[in-house]
Amino acid sequence: MVLVLLMAGPALAVSNPADMLPDPAQEARARALGYEIRCMVCQNQSIEDSEVGLARDLRLLVRERITAGDSDAQVKSFLHARYGDFVLLRPPFAWNTLILWATPLVALLAGFGLILLARRGATATPPPAPLSAEEQRRIAAIEAAIENKDGTKA
Amino acid sequence: MTPLARRLLLTTPFVAAAVGGVGFYTALQRQRTGVYNPRGVPSALIGQPPPDFVLPELPESGVASFGGADLRALGRPVLVNFWASWCVPCIIEHPQLMKLSREGVPVFGIAYKDKAPDSLQFIRRHGNPFHRLAQDVPGRVAIDWGVYGVPESYLLDAQGVIRWRYAGPITDEVLEQDLRILLRRYA
Repeated sequence: MVLVLLMAGPALAVSNPADMLPDPAQEARARALGYEIRCMVCQNQSIEDSEVGLARDLRLLVRERITAGDSDAQVKSFLHARYGDFVLLRPPFAWNTLILWATPLVALLAGFGLILLARRGATATPPPAPLSAEEQRRIAAIEAAIENKDGTKA
Repeated sequence: MTPLARRLLLTTPFVAAAVGGVGFYTALQRQRTGVYNPRGVPSALIGQPPPDFVLPELPESGVASFGGADLRALGRPVLVNFWASWCVPCIIEHPQLMKLSREGVPVFGIAYKDKAPDSLQFIRRHGNPFHRLAQDVPGRVAIDWGVYGVPESYLLDAQGVIRWRYAGPITDEVLEQDLRILLRRYA
């Protein structure tokens, strides 16, 4: 069983060797880009991870654009113009994605705010009232017992 | 605790559960009829003219092909429908396209990644709702439109601007509740 698991190795991207670019550097670029492009059909996989027909078409398209001399940003904006924000697995920073990006910061600040409030509440607690004569007497007895270490009264 | 606070504490979970239940029921109902699609994605082409393209016709279909220029010069709203003979939801959608076509709404079809004889057999068996019909065998024009599955439909206004995209079969509910109103809006 362990042997089988060891033999399985890491999951490789679905890629037909015939679809790969002859230039290894360009192929590496295409693959890195492909991992940032969402497969619109399966929606939670990148086009490099998906076996769907459209994902293959888009893989080929990315390679075609790279061969044509496009930069990574140009390839991304090519797909973004057709499929919108959703095609990018890493959402762009814009007004409509502000909530998405700002939420961690807002949550952090709210947490700090709560901590501050709680601490202020703790320091604002009034100091306890001074001990009465009866309580003073009892305290003395308890302390004496602690001193004797036997729990008996002195 | 006051009696009012006790009563509130007791009823709040029930009210929350009831509201949630109604919400889920409505969402499921709207999903079933196709009015709400949880996997639907807004199109990046809304408010834009259609992409430029030239596609071949489907031989023997009896209707001509069309391109981006034809869509812009039409002067009335048009429904552009991407479909395929291998697409099962397209069969569900077909009667609605036939209905629209009979009513005189221009319906332009693009057969997506389909073999010509199969496309032809499909429209011979189910009827041809398309006033114009083009073939996109490699599926590259579909990518320019942002198509990610079939069937997928785009409504263009009289000026040829893309106003609405629906990914999935246009059911009778989608036709009656959404598309008819949009057709009147953009007429």
